[in-house]
Amino acid sequence: MDAVVDVRPCLIEVTGCRQAYHKEANADLVVLDDVNLTLREGEIVALLGRSGSGKSTLLRIVSGLLKPTSGSVKWRGTQITGPTEGVAMVFQSFALFPWLTVQENVEIGLEARRVPRTEREARAETAIDMIGLGGFENAYPKELSGGMRQRVGLARALVVHPDLLLMDEPFSALDVLTAETLRTDLIDLWMDGKLPVKSVLMVTHNIEEAVLMCDRILVFSSNPGRVANELKVPFPHPRNRLDPDFRQMVDDIYGIMTRRPTASPKAATATPVSPLAMPLQRVGTNIMSGLMETLAAEPYAGRADLPALAASLQYEVDDLLPLGETLQLFRFAVLEEGDILLTDLGRKFVEGDTDERKQIFAEGLRAHVPLVNMIRQVLDERWNHRASAVRFRDELEDHMSADYAADTLRTVIGWGRYAELFAYDEEAEQFSLEDIE
Amino acid sequence: MAAGWRLPNIWDAAAFVCVIGALVAVGHVAQGTMVPIDAPGATQITLDPWNLPEYALRTTMRMFAALAASLLFTFTYGTAAAKSRRAALVLVPVLDVLQSVPILGFLTFTVVFFMNLFPGQVLGLELASIFAIFTSQAWNMAFSMYQSLKTVPADLAEASVSFHLSGWQRFWKLEVPFATPGLVWNTMMSMSGGWFFVVASEAVSVGDNTWKLPGIGSYVALALEQKDILAVAWAILAMLVVILAYDQLLFRPLVAWSAKFRFETTAGSTASDPWVLRLMRRTRLMKFIGELVGNAAAYVGGLRLSFRSRPLAETSKQPSRTVDFLWSAFLLVVVALAVWRVVIFASRALVWSDIGEAVGLGLITLVRVVVLMILATLFWVPIGVWLGLRPEWARRAQPIAQFLAAFPANLLFPPFVLFIVYFHLSPDVWLTPLMILGTQWYILFNVVAGAAAFPGDLKEASANFRISGWLWWRKVIIPGIFPYYVTGAITASGGSWNAAIVAEVASWGDTKLQAHGLGAYIADATDKGDMARVVLGVVVMSTFVVLFNRLLWRPMYAYAQRRLTLA
Repeated sequence: MDAVVDVRPCLIEVTGCRQAYHKEANADLVVLDDVNLTLREGEIVALLGRSGSGKSTLLRIVSGLLKPTSGSVKWRGTQITGPTEGVAMVFQSFALFPWLTVQENVEIGLEARRVPRTEREARAETAIDMIGLGGFENAYPKELSGGMRQRVGLARALVVHPDLLLMDEPFSALDVLTAETLRTDLIDLWMDGKLPVKSVLMVTHNIEEAVLMCDRILVFSSNPGRVANELKVPFPHPRNRLDPDFRQMVDDIYGIMTRRPTASPKAATATPVSPLAMPLQRVGTNIMSGLMETLAAEPYAGRADLPALAASLQYEVDDLLPLGETLQLFRFAVLEEGDILLTDLGRKFVEGDTDERKQIFAEGLRAHVPLVNMIRQVLDERWNHRASAVRFRDELEDHMSADYAADTLRTVIGWGRYAELFAYDEEAEQFSLEDIE
Repeated sequence: MAAGWRLPNIWDAAAFVCVIGALVAVGHVAQGTMVPIDAPGATQITLDPWNLPEYALRTTMRMFAALAASLLFTFTYGTAAAKSRRAALVLVPVLDVLQSVPILGFLTFTVVFFMNLFPGQVLGLELASIFAIFTSQAWNMAFSMYQSLKTVPADLAEASVSFHLSGWQRFWKLEVPFATPGLVWNTMMSMSGGWFFVVASEAVSVGDNTWKLPGIGSYVALALEQKDILAVAWAILAMLVVILAYDQLLFRPLVAWSAKFRFETTAGSTASDPWVLRLMRRTRLMKFIGELVGNAAAYVGGLRLSFRSRPLAETSKQPSRTVDFLWSAFLLVVVALAVWRVVIFASRALVWSDIGEAVGLGLITLVRVVVLMILATLFWVPIGVWLGLRPEWARRAQPIAQFLAAFPANLLFPPFVLFIVYFHLSPDVWLTPLMILGTQWYILFNVVAGAAAFPGDLKEASANFRISGWLWWRKVIIPGIFPYYVTGAITASGGSWNAAIVAEVASWGDTKLQAHGLGAYIADATDKGDMARVVLGVVVMSTFVVLFNRLLWRPMYAYAQRRLTLA
């Protein structure tokens, strides 16, 4: 696809990768669909996407922890069959062994390769010093802060001198300041050529992090996960977050990620989509009202730039986009090109009192969330006005994964209760019309 | 619920029949306990398998009577220990020791005591049997209550004070619900332990008289005397049915129900409701009864029973030194008195060499327990890990292991005894496995649970760094399951000590097999009615168990909690 011939040796080559979980009776649940990825020596590449876009799954496929349903994964030209020797991983949750000290945790990868003790200790010492853990050798993970723990995770991965370093949202469990320190430390080491790795592949949902650290960004779309866009980051290190070009790129990526999926020819010809095939994101009514009130007020006055809004609310894309999309679903707001605009209906909601808000919300629910209509219809028809939630969950599971189905149902329960369209008994798992109207 | 009143449905009819049937059965059993001891059929049993359902019912009723007593004990003793600092000084260590005392050795004497309470009536024997079961159930339940009450979240406690709940209301609205999940789990474990005792305590002999209360335990005892292996098989089958029934009818629903009292606000695993709970929630009659009971309980719990209104907590107030001193002095006097009584009693009947003998035999039993624990560990840990790391297998294995742990192993002794007699094997070696027959499952199911709970990211990390073979066992999985293993091993080793009393002596018709050990020593002394030696044996055994716990398991457990968990 590229006219320029890249001469750097190729580390990983993923072609036509598809990952699907088999479901009984119904169509397979596709997590990744037709993903291609080539990774060469000397680059840092980000897999950027929302949660559920399959980017972590792809990382596990690349590492050999997971076997793709179909497609090929080649490591330096040969098909991989299991965890590859030249790959080391850094985990979002750190994944340190709580019963091993910092030193022992760092050494474990070398021990697995039967590196002699003296060499093992020397290499571990070097890695520990390089990553700024000197003095903590004998500490146990539970004695360390989150940032220090992730440094151990990094040292453990680097000490085996992997050709490829995989990082699965490595900084997302850390607070803002700690994460920033770790990012810059890592980039400094990379620029100085001190990192004993040839390439880095990282998964993130943080747009700025991707633009700050990477040479190339693959933006994923969800349901099923596909590479929607590939961007080269042209800025030299060290990068400045406040640089207008940097801001523009972040803005552009927001735009890409909020762009409504252009109806793919496949979807257009497919059978009419079932009203149940709509996964809902767990967004509460309080947070929806809160965002609308914020948008309506100064300084936004009805229109906000998403990156700026995210920064001021200390939200990540994963928090803000579902919220924006839910408002869009209710026609309370519109997302376009990295901005969010409050609609007249949204403004009306903000100005209303509790009862008026509930009224507007209930109308929106009935108009735009078919599942709610379906539940209400069943309840109205039944002589006892009761219906088991299990049947709706089962029907949902025909169209989405069990987790999504559970989330969707929980969201609908919360919305329906707020709108006073139905009641729900958690213990009996039953919808009812008790105390309604 | 306006739309709720309709004609009863078919489930109501089924439920109605069940309720009536249960009432009739309970009444029948209750009648049986009031007859004189020499009435025909009161303490004689036959090996006719058709009698087994009745025997099984009688045995089960004893279990539940003991369970009721245990609950009463739990609510009083556990609460007292948690509420009063001074009471806790005594109650907690006493409970700790009671847990380690093999009550089975005292069976003869408790029988005499209860028979004297109700001379010439079956009730005395029944109570003695129930007491034996009670002693196997009560302690861990009381401990669970004590620990729950000690860890009631401070904010909820403050909220209940600020809304002026009386002590009684607070107990029922906050403390009991908070303790419920742990208590239900411990009750289930207690039931398992109780079966072992019910089987051992139904057929008792005092001096020359032997009584057999109608029940499965007596049935097995008679089958052994008459060398009827088929009858033994029938008894095992009956037991399987009973355990399966109460597990399905009572404990599955209870555990599912108690989940709503769990304190974690995060939604746990949502296993589907057991069918009985669903039946109870769906049928109108059962639901009505449930609501009736619930409302009555809520009324009683809501009463403003209180001796005095709770004064403001004065954190600065020091506990009174004088009262502390008087209390300590009082305890000292009691302890001195007890020591004096024991010395008097022991010096009359025992000489120093008796103690030496008992300790020596204790060491032999100790060797047995240690060897068994090692063997069981080597055998079950790899299997447990293998099962636990495969979720679909773990799901299937877990209930089976729990079921096997609940099964009274003494019912399985006869085939073993037959085997030893037939091949003329050494009882000293071959009776030994019986001690761990019933308790090894605790190791298995705890290890399965531990491996199943092993964090996914650590699994991935060890795969990513290609840790395998011995290194994987040493650095990854064994530390990972160790806290679970210790929990299981403590239960298993404690149970094995207790089982020694029945496992080191076994008989088949006239053949009597006896191993050398403290368990056999106690059983022997019990047979002869030698009170002094029974007491000595029990004291030595309790000492061994307490030391074993303090010197081995406690430190291991503390280490596991400190080092091997990330929390």
